[in-house]
Amino acid sequence: MSAPLSHEEPLLIAESVSRFYGPRVGCRDVSFSLWPGEVLGIVGESGSGKSTLLRCLAGLDRPSEGRVLFRHETQKVDIYNLAEPLRRELMRGAWGIVHQNPRDGLRMDVSAGGNVGERLMDRGARHYGAIREKALHWLNRVEIDGARIDDHPRQFSGGMQQRLQIARVLVSEPRLVFMDEPTGGLDVSVQARLLDLLRVLVRDLGIAAIIVTHDLAVARLLTDRLMVMKGGAVVEHGLTDQVLDDPHHAYTQLLTSAVLAA
Amino acid sequence: MNETMIRARHLSKIFTMHNQGGIALPVLDDVDLQVGCSEAVVLHGPSGAGKSTLLRILYGNYRPSAGAVEIRHEGQLIDIVAAHPRLVIAIRKKTLSYVSQFLRVIPRVTTLDIVKDPMLSRGVSDDEADRRAKAMLARLNLPERLWSLPPQTFSGGEQQRVNIARSFVDPTPIMLLDEPTASLDAGNRAIVVELIADARTRGSAIVGIFHDEGVRDAVATRVFPVQVYREAA
Repeated sequence: MSAPLSHEEPLLIAESVSRFYGPRVGCRDVSFSLWPGEVLGIVGESGSGKSTLLRCLAGLDRPSEGRVLFRHETQKVDIYNLAEPLRRELMRGAWGIVHQNPRDGLRMDVSAGGNVGERLMDRGARHYGAIREKALHWLNRVEIDGARIDDHPRQFSGGMQQRLQIARVLVSEPRLVFMDEPTGGLDVSVQARLLDLLRVLVRDLGIAAIIVTHDLAVARLLTDRLMVMKGGAVVEHGLTDQVLDDPHHAYTQLLTSAVLAA
Repeated sequence: MNETMIRARHLSKIFTMHNQGGIALPVLDDVDLQVGCSEAVVLHGPSGAGKSTLLRILYGNYRPSAGAVEIRHEGQLIDIVAAHPRLVIAIRKKTLSYVSQFLRVIPRVTTLDIVKDPMLSRGVSDDEADRRAKAMLARLNLPERLWSLPPQTFSGGEQQRVNIARSFVDPTPIMLLDEPTASLDAGNRAIVVELIADARTRGSAIVGIFHDEGVRDAVATRVFPVQVYREAA
């Protein structure tokens, strides 16, 4: 008997991913699969290894052991064992990274429109009018006034910079987005707006996302599944509401009992 | 006989509190419950008997310590305790919904968008979702001037009606209701009773907890007693 959804292949597979820095453990023996349209949260306190794991998954930091497989057309490709042109193609188009600090993901000396349009040009778009029009559409989508298209990101507030970064990532229609504390450092009211934007984009575009956060309320609102990390290892993994409402591991119980109404 | 929608077997639940010296709290022991389509089963028992725990297990929110919860999804009975989280998510999207007495939503999202959201995620067109959401909010007597506002500043009863609107605007084949009428006035309680009856007419299976006796009597086709757990000597 086969479940109705089992035909679809995962988009990303982590196989026993470990990252050591000399004797220090970044993350240890992490395995999971992610399907199209799913949002996976990774939670844990500072130093638990969640950002290290995200960097390994996103192709930024080669694991010491294990593999990261990504579905490309009909094949599963090992993202650390790719021919350079394919690797660049995937990095530019198929997956996107939203950094915690927007300055790490934006070109600060390029206009807002340029930041978004550049990604389209990377993918071969050449018609200026069409690029500008699409950039405008995306600024609109992330609720940045189109009149600001020629302004530089440094003239924007932190929340606007973060939304611009998201537009820059999503304009190339990635299948998988990695986000490291996407609402960290923002005002609570700006956070809320960004959360809703992310949720609607994930719902409407069917992209998959992996979100690292230490904020359990963010995890509850945005993610379908949750992995809890401690000391570099995953201690609990399941449906987000299950993990938060009926935590089984001592560390998860501590984490969920320590917050105000997550 | 009505088609079985829920078949829970041998459910037990023991909570282990690791940070309180590993204390074990047994709540449910060997519970069997079967619910057919168009049935409304009301869980009944004293406070602390485990009614909410049982309801949450049926939703896959709490994991039972033992037992299985089979849910009819697209014609097949699927054990959500053993199913892959991805399948549970699909089941919740189409088949199984849980209505609590609290509204938990992203701040700053408008009431209308909150009510439309479940329909949009099931692929209903924006126009139709808009029309149905407005009709449902009107039916629940939520003043039109509130529709474009986020509900965080609403009264408890208004928030609860937003929650009910969102859940009943497109009822799923199985609905689990945890005190959805707790802070409503008599008029609105009566409307919720109607909505539940409508969902049943459409074939939905309902399992609920209602402390209000009038609502319980109006809704229930069957009462399921939940006993306080007694430890075996």
